[in-house]
Amino acid sequence: MSKANDYASVMARKPEIMLKSVGIDYAKFESGSIAFDYEKMMRETGYTLEEMQNIQYGVNVGKTPIMELHNLTALARSCAPEGKGARIFIKDEASNPSGSFKARRAANAVYHAKRLGYKGVISATSGNYGAAVASQAAMAGLKCIIVQECYDSKGVGQPEIVEKARKCEALGAEVVQLSVGPELFYKFLLLLEETGYFNASLYTPFGIAGVETLGYEISMQFRERFGKDPDVVVCTQAGGGNLTGTARGLRKAGAASQVVGASVDLSGLHMASDGDFNKKSFTTGHTGFGVPFSNWPDRSDVPRSAARPLRYMQRYVTVTQGDVFYMTECLATLEGLEKGPAGNTSLAAAFALSQEMDRDQLIIVQETEYTGAGKHIQPQLSFARSNGIDIHFGDPKDEVPGKNIILPSHPSLIKATDIDLDNMRKSLIRTALKTYNVEEPTEEDIRFLADETMKDTAWIKEVIGTIQNEGVSK
Amino acid sequence: MIKKGEWVRIHKIILQPSERAPQVPDDTKAVALEMWDKGFLKADANFGDEVEIETVTRRTETGTLIEVNPYYDHDYGKFIPELLAIDKQVRGIVFGGGKE
Repeated sequence: MSKANDYASVMARKPEIMLKSVGIDYAKFESGSIAFDYEKMMRETGYTLEEMQNIQYGVNVGKTPIMELHNLTALARSCAPEGKGARIFIKDEASNPSGSFKARRAANAVYHAKRLGYKGVISATSGNYGAAVASQAAMAGLKCIIVQECYDSKGVGQPEIVEKARKCEALGAEVVQLSVGPELFYKFLLLLEETGYFNASLYTPFGIAGVETLGYEISMQFRERFGKDPDVVVCTQAGGGNLTGTARGLRKAGAASQVVGASVDLSGLHMASDGDFNKKSFTTGHTGFGVPFSNWPDRSDVPRSAARPLRYMQRYVTVTQGDVFYMTECLATLEGLEKGPAGNTSLAAAFALSQEMDRDQLIIVQETEYTGAGKHIQPQLSFARSNGIDIHFGDPKDEVPGKNIILPSHPSLIKATDIDLDNMRKSLIRTALKTYNVEEPTEEDIRFLADETMKDTAWIKEVIGTIQNEGVSK
Repeated sequence: MIKKGEWVRIHKIILQPSERAPQVPDDTKAVALEMWDKGFLKADANFGDEVEIETVTRRTETGTLIEVNPYYDHDYGKFIPELLAIDKQVRGIVFGGGKE
């Protein structure tokens, strides 16, 4: 008897499809309340750092160079107060096989899929991860399907996503392209069910643990070169895996570097809106993913996400689209490096943060990505202009996402704007109470929420008290 | 007539507007969820026909035949003069001496 394939029926089969396609029984990490055992999940289903290094180095992933950006540092110092302007570095993750750090996540996921005997892998991604999975699947001889959200209802594709489709196909994957909407997940589930392939989710322990090697390498490379760890590591924040994995790797190295998340400010644009889809010039690394995936990580395509950025993010800043475009051009014209958008979001933040730091301090942007037709500032700005977005020089603080892109009229106008992390932490606690319908959290829940937010249990209890009082007063 | 075995692109409606998820915004709910895929045509057909294809993962997918030998035409876009202005400004600051 064939199964019903309407939307509601397929979504109802999600738990069984997930169990079969990821091979993880998430139930054994659950407490039955808000808490689950995150570290146990990472331990039992992930790999040790050494195992991951061996897996990745075996497929030419990792050991990417670190570059010092002397001229960009000079530009930052020209804008900074006397004595300020930390040395700026980037880790050139674009030199991984698929052109981004995502190769680290994919290497582990594909290795794991092959070890478990899956014939193919599927991933729902419009980003670099698709190319990374396709690249690793090609090396492993596995079949690969990438499901991406690519077009609006007029059939107009986001140039960057179209380029990623091309790259995935070039690496041998089947690319299933969809129009805008979260029901992409419905087609994704149908494909998993039809093929029996492995769900190479971005959010499994294998994927996240795969990024730990990046953080660890940064520490080792800095110690070798400068005899110390970088003072600040800036990670572009979207789904949270980049930051989580990097921070965990830094901790495994014993590094005390401050971990800063950075996203492009796209506030006001709805991520599931057909009309807004092509009004944004960034397809990832923006607040539309970065904020909700921090506030509530378990919104991903697995029951419990291994990417939990609020556990590791010591500061979270935003930059504007105009800032990032300007910085991307600076990287080309001052450093002779053409790189893709995601790392440059962190670079714009690092450029501003450097000016708060002393000259002998070190700040690193932990990724670069490949660039090319579609995913380059020229086509992105050209696309924005053709969509009626007003592009002009001015003060980026006046930028309104979806209406204009304001290129800074001077580099000193590039600012990193802090997001209040305590507000995000409160939001996480509120959602946890609501999702699990918990009125009296257990002691385990309190400790879990403290770990989730890098706060002490007294603070958690106080916040819960405030939330409960709000409920009463309503 | 497109011959069996040709590399083609198909289009298909996955969900009608009435079938869309409750949480999507109104503008998205007003339109269908569409899908595009590529593969080898399984039988001779004409543009606009409902066809079956075999994809590179050897799956069978169905949809309306819309392209044969589909190709990418994304590019570097039109000239953006502001980029040259940025070059001039920052090179002036870093290599030309002094703040501008």
